[in-house]
Amino acid sequence: MSSTLDQPKTLPLPREITTVPRFSDRVFRGIVTTGGLSTLAILALIAFFLVFNGFEVMRSEGLRFLTGFDWMDAIPEEGIAATYGIGAMLYGTLVIGILAVIFGVPVAVGAALFLSYYAPEWIKRPMVVVIDVMAAIPSVVFGLWGYFILMPHAEYWAKLIHKYLGFIPIFDMPAPAYSRSPFIAGLVLAIMIIPIVASISREVFAQTPPDRIQAAYALGATKWTMIKAVVFPYGIGGVIGGAMLGLGRALGETVAVYTVLNLVYDIRIEILLSAGGSVASMIVNKFGEADAVELQALMAAGFVLFIVTLFVNFIANIIINRTARKG
Amino acid sequence: MSTLAVKPTKPWRPKVRNLAPEIFGAFFTAFATLAIVAITPLKGRLGFSFALIAMAVFTSATISWLRRDRKAALNSVSTVFVYVAAAFVIIPLSSLLFEIVRKGIGGLSWGIFTRDMSLASADSPLTEGGLLHAVVGTLYVVALATIISTPIGFLASLYIVEVKGRFAALVRFFVQAMSGIPSIVAGLFIYAVWMIGLGNSYNVMAGAGALSILMIPTVARTSEEVLKLIPNDLREAGLALGATQWRTIAMIILPAAKSGLVTSVILGIARVAGETAPLLLTIGGADALNLNPFEGNSSALPFYVWKNYSLGNPESIQRAWLGVIVLMMMVFIFFSLARYFGRTKGARR
Repeated sequence: MSSTLDQPKTLPLPREITTVPRFSDRVFRGIVTTGGLSTLAILALIAFFLVFNGFEVMRSEGLRFLTGFDWMDAIPEEGIAATYGIGAMLYGTLVIGILAVIFGVPVAVGAALFLSYYAPEWIKRPMVVVIDVMAAIPSVVFGLWGYFILMPHAEYWAKLIHKYLGFIPIFDMPAPAYSRSPFIAGLVLAIMIIPIVASISREVFAQTPPDRIQAAYALGATKWTMIKAVVFPYGIGGVIGGAMLGLGRALGETVAVYTVLNLVYDIRIEILLSAGGSVASMIVNKFGEADAVELQALMAAGFVLFIVTLFVNFIANIIINRTARKG
Repeated sequence: MSTLAVKPTKPWRPKVRNLAPEIFGAFFTAFATLAIVAITPLKGRLGFSFALIAMAVFTSATISWLRRDRKAALNSVSTVFVYVAAAFVIIPLSSLLFEIVRKGIGGLSWGIFTRDMSLASADSPLTEGGLLHAVVGTLYVVALATIISTPIGFLASLYIVEVKGRFAALVRFFVQAMSGIPSIVAGLFIYAVWMIGLGNSYNVMAGAGALSILMIPTVARTSEEVLKLIPNDLREAGLALGATQWRTIAMIILPAAKSGLVTSVILGIARVAGETAPLLLTIGGADALNLNPFEGNSSALPFYVWKNYSLGNPESIQRAWLGVIVLMMMVFIFFSLARYFGRTKGARR
């Protein structure tokens, strides 16, 4: 041991300081970058394959694919060519999505306000868990519950609405068929989007600057005037973004809507009537017995759905990110 | 014993005398509601809740107005509505859970986990047949989806948080948007690639591919949040000791974030375990147990529920509810695991 002390070796050269990453780092960064960009690649591939498979139908139908009401296979023996149009389904999708937002968002925002400003401490935690649990329930379960449990009640409510508000065109009923209506689908979807909207609203409300809240109280505001003057102006962007995320979820919902909505290839303004549309449900409905051409049409319909939901989500995320960054 | 324990007084606490209007208001609301339901044609549970809400709004607004002013009355009204909204969140969920247990618990037995449907027909009683094939199918499809999507999800979040590459903001944005992809579109995509493009037939692998498209954004977003919570000091300390970025992340950051990352995977599993629509297009469905995930039709719990619901006779509806309760138990197990791991992380801090 002592010999090493007696004979000092040459000092190591000063380490060269460089900002060039080492080989291991370059490999690592390469792998991570590939992984990160693969998510973009997946999205691009989805768009490409749906367009690729649906291109024939989109080209032959043109704009009629978006506006047409008919979805008919070709009948060669009668010389009828196939026509595929998702206009009615697209309209129906928007109707149930908007109904879901109308029913669900006020409740969700109210629940978020309750959690943020009204609830006593002991009820907060269980209720947050309840909302999380709601978000984890599979859509097929909502579908079954909506069909067997909610529908009898909802039919009764629909009858009441028709009885007292029937003079308004959208509540009119040409035939007494109340089951599986857009109204019921909207209710089920509303319950499904409540957790998303509520949790995003709560996050945004939690970012309200506490000094402004205290300032409002110090000026003698009641709880409601404080919320109106401070919380809403501050968080309105987040609430709108959350509502749009909910809308995006509602537009793409498949199985739950399929069980509680009667698909009819026609545009009807009456929301209580047992006739509605949903692009996603139509795909499941027609997929089973689709021939090659109809399959292409379904791929095209899927592409339209993909673009619409992606667009809604884009806008929603832009709004939410902007609101969140303000804090 | 004889020490004089001074009981702290709370002079701000309202006395019974101050609370008298509230107590009176509560009684008045209850009686008025009962009276309305008894006298007017407003009947049933719907009529009752409607009358109750209306009376609560009316009474609380009147009391506040008489005591203070219009603003206080408005405050009371909005308070009632906020409480009603909270109740509207609780009611559907409790109804849902109650009905699932009520309808599904009857058929629950050990036997259903040991038999498949290959020897039972649609209308045979619940004592015949079972859902072994569906449980195994779900486990397979979820496990494979986890294997596919966990690396991609983690890499995406590492790219956003740690590497911060040129496209980090873009990737983050698209991952956010990706979490809104309709599940049916994921199924259609896999069908287009796997069946039409590559000419394969239905199997579990295709279902796992569809589910992982839905799972990647959940894993990526949750693990991104977890990685952001790791204090920057740790990264700087690692780099200052001369470690490369790779060693810093592998030896310091990932171990520190371990429980959070586990949570993100479990949340992803809970998200996809109940997905039905993509499986309808990809795994084909079967009544017999299929132990090979790479070949042949298979079933899964959501598929089983869907199929039995579609068959529509009383026995198969019962089977659907049975499938729902088993599915919900699985989802809840994953969900509780996620919360458990999420919590231990919080407690250690």
